[in-house]
Amino acid sequence: MMKRWQAVKRLLPLLAVFSLLLAGCGREDLSVLRPQGPVAQEQLGLMKLAISIMIVVLVIVFAIAAYVLVKFRRRKGQNGVPEQVEGNFKLEIIWTVIPLVLVIILAVPTVQQIFAFGDDHYNDKDAVQVKVTSHQYWWEFEYPQYGVKTAQTLVIPTGKKIAFELKTADVLHSFWVPSLSGKMDTNPDGTINRFSFSADKEGVYRGKCAELCGPSHGFMEFKVKAVNGDSFNNWVTAMKAPAVLPEDPALAETFKKQCLSCHAVGDQGGPVGPNLTGIGSRESVAGILLNEGQDGGKPVKENLKEWLMDPQAVKPGNKMPNPKDLGLTDEQIDGIADYLANYKLNY
Amino acid sequence: MAHAHSVKRHTGLMDWLTTVDHKKIAILYLLAGGLFFGFGGVEALLIRLQLIKPMNDLVSAQTFNELITMHGTTMIFLGVMPVIFALMNAVIPLQIGARDVAFPFVNALGFWTFLFGGILLNLSWIMGGAPDAGWTAYTPLSTSTYSTTHGVDFYTVGLQIAGLGTLIGGINFLATIITMRAPGMSFMRMPMFTWTSFITSAMILFAFPAITVGLVLLSFDRILGANFFEVSNGGNPVLWQHIFWIFGHPEVYILILPAFGVISEVIPTFARKRLFGYSSMVFATILIAFLGFMVWAHHMFTTGLGPIANALFSIATMLIAVPTGIKIFNWLFTMWGGQIRFTSANLFAIGFVPTFVMGGVTGVMLASAPADYQFHDTYFVVAHFHYVIVGGLVFGLFAGLHYWWPKMFGRVLNETIGKWTFWFFAIGFHLTFFVQHFLGLMGMQRRIFTYLPNQDFDTLNLVSTVGAFLMAVGVLLFLFNCFMTAAKPKGVANDPWEDGRTLEWAIPSPPPEYNFKQIPLVRGLDAYWKEKMAGNKEMTPAEPLGSIHMPSPTILPFVMSVGIFIAGLGLMFSSEKFNNSFMSMIFNNWIVVIIGLVITFGSMLLRSLFDDHGWHIEPEELEEEGVKA
Repeated sequence: MMKRWQAVKRLLPLLAVFSLLLAGCGREDLSVLRPQGPVAQEQLGLMKLAISIMIVVLVIVFAIAAYVLVKFRRRKGQNGVPEQVEGNFKLEIIWTVIPLVLVIILAVPTVQQIFAFGDDHYNDKDAVQVKVTSHQYWWEFEYPQYGVKTAQTLVIPTGKKIAFELKTADVLHSFWVPSLSGKMDTNPDGTINRFSFSADKEGVYRGKCAELCGPSHGFMEFKVKAVNGDSFNNWVTAMKAPAVLPEDPALAETFKKQCLSCHAVGDQGGPVGPNLTGIGSRESVAGILLNEGQDGGKPVKENLKEWLMDPQAVKPGNKMPNPKDLGLTDEQIDGIADYLANYKLNY
Repeated sequence: MAHAHSVKRHTGLMDWLTTVDHKKIAILYLLAGGLFFGFGGVEALLIRLQLIKPMNDLVSAQTFNELITMHGTTMIFLGVMPVIFALMNAVIPLQIGARDVAFPFVNALGFWTFLFGGILLNLSWIMGGAPDAGWTAYTPLSTSTYSTTHGVDFYTVGLQIAGLGTLIGGINFLATIITMRAPGMSFMRMPMFTWTSFITSAMILFAFPAITVGLVLLSFDRILGANFFEVSNGGNPVLWQHIFWIFGHPEVYILILPAFGVISEVIPTFARKRLFGYSSMVFATILIAFLGFMVWAHHMFTTGLGPIANALFSIATMLIAVPTGIKIFNWLFTMWGGQIRFTSANLFAIGFVPTFVMGGVTGVMLASAPADYQFHDTYFVVAHFHYVIVGGLVFGLFAGLHYWWPKMFGRVLNETIGKWTFWFFAIGFHLTFFVQHFLGLMGMQRRIFTYLPNQDFDTLNLVSTVGAFLMAVGVLLFLFNCFMTAAKPKGVANDPWEDGRTLEWAIPSPPPEYNFKQIPLVRGLDAYWKEKMAGNKEMTPAEPLGSIHMPSPTILPFVMSVGIFIAGLGLMFSSEKFNNSFMSMIFNNWIVVIIGLVITFGSMLLRSLFDDHGWHIEPEELEEEGVKA
């Protein structure tokens, strides 16, 4: 027992060096190496321990290899036969036992964390429940405690445990927000998963689908927006407010008939497609067209128009019919894009 | 009987179609494996070109998914497996002092079923679209609801046929190694390559039935409307993951163990020292194989199996590091105190050791389930398994090919080009895959056809693509080397490396049809080296010179495989709506399937009804042939 901790202590300086090195890697809102919540933090801690042990192994192997390759090259005129060594019991025991010890050092915290991570917090009193349903190629987020449904941008309060229940509506997907937590698959009924994480700081974090789910698998992105508790409550109130429809009655009629058969705004519409309530204040259109304020983002209306003009060009294989095939004219599309771009929530 | 000399001797193409000689089958495996390896390589280059910059549109999203699926499937089942079988066929009978494998007919059958399975799978490119659900073909994505082309049918049927070849090949080598070792060659005197191939064959025997069952279930779901993986009818997609990985994880050890064997032959030869810790190497091999069957669920940590399963599979997986570590240190200490020569073969073998260790340590990192929640399905995993399969297995295959080329073809590959091959391939390899570890950690998931800019992925992806092309240059250099060497006259010594240790180096290169004029007597580990050290020029024979019984060439294995191929195509298109009424008639009424099966079972019947006693080579002929060979 003593020895194990001494070994860990010896690894500490290495750990510190790697923390510094790794921290420079990638975007703050995306990289596994720059965790923004306690779950990702712990997972990175385990990774650092593993990397440190592995670097020690690599250094030993590389050093022996380098020494052997330099020292024991065959030289000119070297014709005697080298001694044929059968083996060495002591050495062989050493390189069986040391790896075993290293494995144990890694295994103990691994098992601890597996069980900690496996705890079900879904029914904790202060947890915010979120039912995640994945679709080809978009994310649906339902808050059963608040009676609210949204899509593509998951709004969460900071500092609170967010307890997820994950399932899919079609093929397998995997729910992954690298800077907040490792991923978890979304399976069909019967194999539904639960897990939880939390965000310490306000901000927008990038989420991705991590299980091959069809052509647009790479475009099945989403955002996690962490806001303070008051803002979160405001957001819930705003989501529950009655729907705002286009001012022009003709356009409103078209919108109702053509769009709300699948999509929902506020208290109106259907559940087949992504919920559009307050889409104008989200970070992206269709998860992949970034809006102003994001790196390389464009105005919301431009993105909405790009999407509505030809959804297949943006996300190949997605299930939304082309609005033009539904009989919408360019002006109507422009009008709907304008309406949606201005459908913002204040929170 | 003794002078029943009625064997037909074929020449040219017919000779290759009818051969049952393990040495010729080895060359067939090498050619076919090389061809598919080329396909897989071109697919890899297209993948890397597509990912060279963000939001690239070189190939469409659908084509990209077909490319990754076919790249993985082709490389594993049709690229490296056959090259492994090529080496096993070329070397094992020679290493154990046998004249052929236990079942030469079955050996040929194994090759032809593999080849026709592979051809069937690759026909998908020109017959309506390749499989697109990843090489793992996870359901429901691979079911007919979500993958509507025939792509996945080509995958299930093609792999089923190719897998049949692998399975019978494995059984054949088990029987060969158990029953056909020369007198004196106890199990603990077997060369290490024979040992690892033996264990690999045993793993094939247990692992391939799992994928066979899985593929049958998936074919039933897709073609006959069964519901094994259909949730709404009581099926379960997670079941496919279990079946696939119960096969899939042992499969990676099936691949890597023969490479371990190659390294264990090449390093001692060029260090001029016996393998350090031979018995612990054998023990470690067996332990790896055993543990290899106990760890499949580490591919499913994020599936949601619960903490108990995750904890057990984490620990079981980490344990594999121990026997693997034993092997690494044994190789290093084989070289310790030796006289190392840096031939091309040995460069690949030496390069294998650190590269494989890098793949191994990331494997242990992945074994830690909570960390794997982050690593899983990212480029970190892509980097890991390419380090193991390319940096490990493919390095091992290149080492083995350079090493045994003179024994297989009677010509030594050009050493200068061989060394260039190594440097291009090794540097290209590390450029391609080292950076991918970081891409994964920075949030790039695998199997995406493109990515948004401004994610810090751009430079590393560019580096990776450049590396892939350096690897391609290495492979082309190797091909060039093969052709250039083929143009030179045969005629290398029995033991061209001068320090050969095992039996294959005691006979001519290439060996005569019957391998050993007289079966040798084995007096210890490294039988040939032992004789050389005792001052003998050749092995002591264990039998008097006599007539040698040989198997007859036969076209039946080829015909049987053609039959299975036809039946496979018929099954896939059994419910297809054709424009042509004749086509509809023969396919929809199962006529094509029946024709294929009649051909196959008819050939089996022929084989059973007409005994073939083979033929004999008489001692007088041996003298002449010995000179010619």
